[in-house]
Amino acid sequence: MSATARVTDLDEPPVRRLYRSADGRWLGGVARGLAGHLGLPVAWVRAVFAVLVFTEGLGLLLYAIFWIVVPLGVGGRDKPLTVFERTEDGRRRLRKPDRGQILALVALAIGASVFIANLRIDGETGRYVWPAMLIGLGVVLVWRQADNARRDTWTGRAVTHGRGFHLVRGLVGVALVGTGLAVFVVVRGSVAQIGTALTAAVAVLTGIALLAGPWLIRMSQDLTAERTLRIRAQERAEVAAHVHDSVLHTLTLIQRNADDAGEVRRLARAQERELRNWLYKPEGTGGDEEPTTLAEAVKRAAAEVEDKHGVPLEVVVVGDCPLDEKLVAQMKAAREAMVNAAKYGGEGGAVQVYAEVEGRTVFVSVRDRGPGFDLDEVPEDRMGVRESIIGRMQRNGGTARLRAVPGGGTEVELEMERADG
Amino acid sequence: MSDETGATTGADGATGPGAAGGPGRRVRVVLVDDHRMFRTGVQAEIGRTDITGVEVVGEAADVDQAVSVITATRPEVVLLDVHLPGGGGVEVLRRCAAVMAAAEDPVRFLALSVSDAAEDVIGVIRGGARGYVTKTITGDDLVDSIFRVQEGDAVFSPRLAGFVLDAFASTDAPPVDEDLDRLTQREREVLRLIARGYAYKEVAKQLYISVKTVESHVSAVLRKLQLSNRHELTRWAAARRLV
Repeated sequence: MSATARVTDLDEPPVRRLYRSADGRWLGGVARGLAGHLGLPVAWVRAVFAVLVFTEGLGLLLYAIFWIVVPLGVGGRDKPLTVFERTEDGRRRLRKPDRGQILALVALAIGASVFIANLRIDGETGRYVWPAMLIGLGVVLVWRQADNARRDTWTGRAVTHGRGFHLVRGLVGVALVGTGLAVFVVVRGSVAQIGTALTAAVAVLTGIALLAGPWLIRMSQDLTAERTLRIRAQERAEVAAHVHDSVLHTLTLIQRNADDAGEVRRLARAQERELRNWLYKPEGTGGDEEPTTLAEAVKRAAAEVEDKHGVPLEVVVVGDCPLDEKLVAQMKAAREAMVNAAKYGGEGGAVQVYAEVEGRTVFVSVRDRGPGFDLDEVPEDRMGVRESIIGRMQRNGGTARLRAVPGGGTEVELEMERADG
Repeated sequence: MSDETGATTGADGATGPGAAGGPGRRVRVVLVDDHRMFRTGVQAEIGRTDITGVEVVGEAADVDQAVSVITATRPEVVLLDVHLPGGGGVEVLRRCAAVMAAAEDPVRFLALSVSDAAEDVIGVIRGGARGYVTKTITGDDLVDSIFRVQEGDAVFSPRLAGFVLDAFASTDAPPVDEDLDRLTQREREVLRLIARGYAYKEVAKQLYISVKTVESHVSAVLRKLQLSNRHELTRWAAARRLV
């Protein structure tokens, strides 16, 4: 129930959500994310940003705000349009940028140069512009890095370039910011003070580290503890949800069908089996995919017959082996035998199903304690036993024996050699 | 409640006033299960002493309680749940090893559990239980099993027989000294028929042997299961990723 809901969730693309795009981005993925969200070519968006830079750097400001506010995600255009696919480092020239992008780049360059030219670098303000730009560059580097780290964690993808690269990039970013800040301090005073300023900065940083260190460690520990708690709570919620979805519903159904003993039994058994499966089987198994081994196939067939006919089937499997063509045929015959046993022999109690793999031989026995019957008296036109069980086994090179004692139940024995090993 | 009934019946339950109970057999039973509802249910199902011949002389809800009740009442059969607070049925078996082996009136254990997982089943059987039945068993079958255990036989459900076959199937090329622990051809045949849902009587008919012989085969299997050496157990567990 919940599984299907989740699947549809994943299938529907998150169209209306605005993400910064992780694919094919130049800086923060803002332009690409916006383009994907608005359904415009990414070059237009970039051009708009570039043009906006002319208006007193508004474009830069907007871009920065988007970068801060909008989360990184997998929005944006579909794959073919991505240009610098997952290679932010060096390999971008391998791809042919289309004309629009070249235009956008040129526009960006012009915008940047005009922006810089507009500032009176040699004037009073100019003394602050260069440090500010240094700081900006450093911040961009470090933030970009954080984005990468986050994307790697949620794509579960191995880091494409080693930790060393990340470290160097982070350090360069920090150095740029540090230099910018230092220059700020210096331009306000004189060059002679740079040594003092740096010493002071280092001293302050060390002090902060000493004071905040224990607190930071405590915080990270608290975070870990909180995370374990949350995981536990999630687990409990999932169990509760499952119990609610299956067990409580079944109990409601049972209350409603309290007079119908057969139906109640059927519901209870189906639920018991499902719950057992859910509790004791590792994740991933027990899905709707076709069984691949004999034991699975026998249990699946028995479960289906049990659900359909409301007769309990007790399954015992000794050994296991992969299914091959002949065994599939044997499984079909066994299933038919189970259906017969449930239909005609279910009154006498549980139907016993026994399967054993011994060396190359696979043996299946289906036994009920019903009234039994005389095979010779079964009319010629009844095909169930003759064709579906005996005929099918013989066609595939196996044997089927039928023991049907009137009053003593019926037992079908199926024997088959495995195709290989 | 357990103490008074235990005291009045005394040790000679077999010759008690239960002549009305069909064959006139009597058996004193202790119920160990942590769910009171379940104990009540079993009590109602099998406890009508004059009809079934079963007399419930004590109940326990956890390991400590079980050990003290069993040593105090000395029942003939203990119906033992596998999952119990305080260490589980295996722990009860371990701490009752002395009463189990007593020469005079040994206490015998029949595991009765909702679980039919291989590790639970094999675990309590190796711990010394004489049989293993699941809680879906009918009252009549349970009474029958209790008497069989009392007489010293093993009670094998089809599922248990399957597990045993599985456990011994991997010992294909054993060294000579392990021969003792292996199942004979006949024992295998018996187990197979039990796994296919045959009653002991039907097994006997099928193999043209007496019921007594079937029972002795089954007891031999049980003994081998308990004796089979550590090496084999480790291999078996490893093959199923239990360890």
